[in-house]
Amino acid sequence: MDIVSRGFSGRRSAENAKLPPGQYLTTDFPVLSAGPTPHVPLDRWEFTINDGNRLLRKWDWKSFRELPSETTTVDLHCVTRWSKLGTVWEGVSLDTLLADIHTDASYAMAHSYGDYTTNLPLDDLKDKKAWIAFRFDGRDLEPEHGGPARLLVPHLYLWKSAKWVRGITLMRQDKPGFWEGLGYHIYGDPWREQRYSGDA
Amino acid sequence: MWRVATVIALRDETPTARTLTLDVPDWPGHIAGQHVDVRVTAPDGYSAVRSYSIASAPDSHAQIELTIERLPNGEVSPYLTQVVAPGDRLEVRGPIGGWFVWRTEQYEPVQLIAGGSGIVPLMAMIRSHVSTKNTSQFRLLYSVREPEAIFYRDELGALSKDKYSVGLTYAYTRKTPKDWQQPPGRIAAALIANATWPSVLAPTCYVCGPTSFVENVTALLAASGNERDKIKTERFGSTGERK
Repeated sequence: MDIVSRGFSGRRSAENAKLPPGQYLTTDFPVLSAGPTPHVPLDRWEFTINDGNRLLRKWDWKSFRELPSETTTVDLHCVTRWSKLGTVWEGVSLDTLLADIHTDASYAMAHSYGDYTTNLPLDDLKDKKAWIAFRFDGRDLEPEHGGPARLLVPHLYLWKSAKWVRGITLMRQDKPGFWEGLGYHIYGDPWREQRYSGDA
Repeated sequence: MWRVATVIALRDETPTARTLTLDVPDWPGHIAGQHVDVRVTAPDGYSAVRSYSIASAPDSHAQIELTIERLPNGEVSPYLTQVVAPGDRLEVRGPIGGWFVWRTEQYEPVQLIAGGSGIVPLMAMIRSHVSTKNTSQFRLLYSVREPEAIFYRDELGALSKDKYSVGLTYAYTRKTPKDWQQPPGRIAAALIANATWPSVLAPTCYVCGPTSFVENVTALLAASGNERDKIKTERFGSTGERK
């Protein structure tokens, strides 16, 4: 559409050119959550994987932290339009957590303490694309940013990286999670600018 | 889809915040608390988009009001608060957001708590509540740096004279009016106890402001017995800055 905003010139930067469409660069780490921050004591924390009927795997904090972990450096893209580049996380790969689970499910629903949910294709959790992260920038993850542990799926908009994650349900059919049921895109690829339902 | 919006009026709320009234001919309507994306485009095609909360009640057909706080280093907010004039055209997309909303079918008590420019979506809720003569009881606790930073001061003052509109309590973090009883400071447990609905009434709480403000207030609300699923939040920034 040819609507020009009189007197607007904007701020073009080389960095912005490397970002997904419609994003701008930030150096701090904004917080977006729908409700109060849950504070989950480590001695009551657990992470489970189920298929909707049966519990398939379960870890408490101790057994979770005994799993092999990885350090990864990734870019974050929030649907509210900020992007943060080169963030350093430590976490357990979903490949490790999903290993040896045989399933005909194609989708997953992540569940959080505080009842947040988000859905994604199971393939997006595999092949070194997703982690349960517990350290950010060399420090234990703050509750405001999802600590003790959050899902990290950096190739999708950040709402898919569920804070305070407590488990994953494997599903044969896709189903909208919290924001996906409130007008946000079912998949959320920042490079295709899939912000809202109805975006291609 | 993007809609063409024409600026039809400007009103300064504070030295750094301005309300834009936009005419959007095919506006589909909104719910109090929702926001819009605003796109501004330079002559060479470069564009930038930011989200702003809608300040007006849903009853004004084809018109919406946005109140925008100017950020010193912002790319879009200085333009929208200093350059834009009546007759200028922008593009808007929305309304967006189905969570941080108040619907006129709600009848439970409502507790609004705003920090700074976090008042904007809460003002839409108050205006919607008043214009529909909804019977639920509203209270607003509004924290600002200083008296000069209050948005909608006259309107809130007038509305708060009618107890069926909204009960109003201000809090000041840096500088208080003369004769104010409390020293400036962030909201503490005693103020929550005195100026918000008792949790036994099971109010729905809407808290909007900078992240540290929201973290503090929601912890106090939970400590005073409010259920966490009755507390809805909208945060901006990690440093208290809005885009």
